[in-house]
Amino acid sequence: MHPLAWWAWALGVAVAVTRTADPWVSGLLVAATVTVVLARRQATPWGRAFTGYLGLAALVVVVRVAFHVLVGIKPPGPVLLDLPRVELPAWAVGVHLLGPVTLTGLLPALWEGLRLAALVLCFGAANALANPRRALRSLPSALHPLSSAVVVAVSVTPQLVRSAQEVRRAQRLRGDEPRGVRGLPALVVPVLTDALDRSLALAASMDSRGYARAVPGTSDARVGALLLGALVAAVLGTYGLLDGTTPTWLGAPVLAVGLAAAVAGGVLAGRRVRRTRYRPDRWGAAETVVAACGAAAALVVVVATTALGVPAGASGAGSPTGGWAAAGVALLAAAVAVLPALLTVDGGPQGPAGRALRPYGGPALREGAS
Amino acid sequence: MIRFDGVGVTYADAPVPALRDVDLHVAEGELCLVVGPTGAGKSTLLQAASGLVPHFTGGTLTGRVTVDGRDTRTHAPRDLADVVGVVLQRPAAGFVTDTVEEELAYGMEQLGVPAATMRKRVEEVLDLLGLAALRARPLADLSGGEQQRVAIGAVLASHPRVLVLDEPTSALDPSAADDVLSALTRLVHDLGMTVLLAEHRLERVVQYADHVVLLDADGSARDGEPAHVLAASPVAPPIVELGRLAGWSPLPLSVRDARRLAPALRTRLADAADAQQRHDQGRRAVRAAGTARRADPTRHLPLLQGAAVEVRHGRTVAVRDVDVAVRPGEVVALMGRNGAGKSSLLWALHGAGQRSGGRVALSDGTDPARLAPHELRRHVALVPQEPQSLLYLPTVADECVAGDRQAGAPAGTTAGLLADLAGAVDPGSHPRDLSEGQRLALVLAVQLAAGPGVLLLDEPTRGFDYAAKARLARALSSHADAGGGVLLSSHDVEFVAECAHRVVVLADGDVVADGDAREVLVASPTFAPQVARILHPVELLTVAEVARALGRST
Repeated sequence: MHPLAWWAWALGVAVAVTRTADPWVSGLLVAATVTVVLARRQATPWGRAFTGYLGLAALVVVVRVAFHVLVGIKPPGPVLLDLPRVELPAWAVGVHLLGPVTLTGLLPALWEGLRLAALVLCFGAANALANPRRALRSLPSALHPLSSAVVVAVSVTPQLVRSAQEVRRAQRLRGDEPRGVRGLPALVVPVLTDALDRSLALAASMDSRGYARAVPGTSDARVGALLLGALVAAVLGTYGLLDGTTPTWLGAPVLAVGLAAAVAGGVLAGRRVRRTRYRPDRWGAAETVVAACGAAAALVVVVATTALGVPAGASGAGSPTGGWAAAGVALLAAAVAVLPALLTVDGGPQGPAGRALRPYGGPALREGAS
Repeated sequence: MIRFDGVGVTYADAPVPALRDVDLHVAEGELCLVVGPTGAGKSTLLQAASGLVPHFTGGTLTGRVTVDGRDTRTHAPRDLADVVGVVLQRPAAGFVTDTVEEELAYGMEQLGVPAATMRKRVEEVLDLLGLAALRARPLADLSGGEQQRVAIGAVLASHPRVLVLDEPTSALDPSAADDVLSALTRLVHDLGMTVLLAEHRLERVVQYADHVVLLDADGSARDGEPAHVLAASPVAPPIVELGRLAGWSPLPLSVRDARRLAPALRTRLADAADAQQRHDQGRRAVRAAGTARRADPTRHLPLLQGAAVEVRHGRTVAVRDVDVAVRPGEVVALMGRNGAGKSSLLWALHGAGQRSGGRVALSDGTDPARLAPHELRRHVALVPQEPQSLLYLPTVADECVAGDRQAGAPAGTTAGLLADLAGAVDPGSHPRDLSEGQRLALVLAVQLAAGPGVLLLDEPTRGFDYAAKARLARALSSHADAGGGVLLSSHDVEFVAECAHRVVVLADGDVVADGDAREVLVASPTFAPQVARILHPVELLTVAEVARALGRST
């Protein structure tokens, strides 16, 4: 499966989630996302990292509610927790420190937290289903140096962990194992010096294999000018959009011009780098289906909130907002979002161009032969 | 193809130049070997040929280096990438991608080779280096030898005209090293590729060399025909030393050539053995003038004994039902191909590594795995494959002080041991700036400060030249003579021949052979040292033994 197909699906679900804070929508989309990940992830390191994202999402909800309890505006209503209000000096206007926590204030905070958690899970799902490095390789040539840098950075953490384990094991051989702060130099210094040596060796290796070779004779000036112009246009256009008093041509049109300039600059920059791809991932029918499911989920929610009048924000009542219309919309969006789990076939671990691989074992598989 | 004109290299802040006035011409289609003691500047010479010096490492380069007509002053390493392929030491640190197949294709991708050509070349390289079974394997899961082969393959796939290799066989067992070197020789002869190669274990490579460059300790270079240069060289493989001892001229460089000149020497040795036997009538003379290597049988209570040891890593069984014992006064060598389980066995015997089954006992019956690290050091010490990971303080003197403290030994013990093992080492230098031999000596001194009986060493001689290996062999022999025991794992047949009393051969986690060093080493051609192969059927393992045998008859 082309990695960007999963990213497109995740993007669609994320757009659906951001359009409304309705708990039905957020909740059911979270359920759909988790179902798809559990059904389609493989026993790879990035696949196993999804539980971390679940923990992070739960943390997001807790922190959002805690913020509300601490400094949120608490409207009147049935009181859940009667905390004393702390008086603040006159200049801290608008901030309520503690104070009685009411249901009408807590619920919207909870739904907001749920929406943020859903966003985090969308990102986590995309990371768990698609090999991050192969996703980076699919980026256009102009971004190749950037993607290479990110790929190298992504591989640093597992290497550091492995290095630290080896150093720990070696330090035991010296006899004393100081724990805590005193043991830190003994662990950190070899790991960091090793990491530095490795990064230098990696850079030497990449350099001598021709990384970032520029085709001689292509000029740099046009690319620089285009990108600078795009940046200036982006700044002006954003200002124009946000400030209502500027003339209309200073808003969206300038932004569009800036975007066009950026794309042109990217294409020109890509021509300087002559790089081919070994067995690139193919975009086939399965990929289109997956991306379409995400887009359809987004479309359902967008249409429902704009055209059919389902409220976009969470209102303060204690019951599901918007009534059965919102629930119905949520169910439909979730059903569409979960389709990839049912429609795609689990072909096992994928290698270059989708060739099936042997299972990815954990620690070193030393299967004898030289 | 490669031309050095008056080249000198001085690194930033270095008091002396690394290379001094080097004039060298390597013609196309030559396999050029760079030899010299540790620290002579071999890596610097190789990196200068690929443009990494000075573009990457910094420093000052005087003179001119030209590769295929391109001057390295104006061409950065990436501009030379289509002509020069480089594999440096520590190939694993140079991996850029996830899997073997992608790594092989990476260089070609950067050079813009069309996709169809890339696929064909990847398949060719997989076959050439025997990597076809590993093609989809993640790089982190490969053993050291496999990683080295993948690194060489990744560079070969771009079809450069010049290959620069820095110690390419250091992690490979003898048969894998032979495979790689013969593949390289085939490329040199069939495709006219030029290979510039630095190696410490000259016995593996000297028969393939067309041209030898000898670097002296002060950075100057002499080059010429291999036989001519090595005849006067301070670093020489056993075959050359044997040739010098026997007075052979011209100096043979391959076992076949040496065997043609050897009959006279063999007769002399046979006569010497007969004379010795007649002289020793009444005493048990052991084999043709070789000294008996069995340890004194009266002190045979083992210092460390493993019975039915089993080690599993996840689902794979690394060591399966192995019995091994280290007796006082004995140096035992573990040999076997890459991935046979030698490291796993050493760690399991030490007690710090995982052991899934079997029993390990010290001389008093306790299990080392149950002892606290502080207590365990007094009985068993392990020097791991990367001794660097034990050192974390900024100077050698600090390490010695910390070593004394951690071992509970009187001040100055570690420093004294270091002086015995490595001679004079500047106490203010950073451990990372020491040579390989000095670093290992420092770690060995730290571990020996607690006075352990058993020493376990995992591949101790990587990066060592012959002088450093001789010094280590002497140190291990004196430890054994003092009543201790040594168990080391090594690929280096010559080193094992020099210092081991017993050899245990492992394959796929099982013990395949366990016996007296002379019997095991002579029995199989893969593990036979050069001298044994030349003098077969006379069973002598090192040049020193030959000298002793000849000396006795006169």
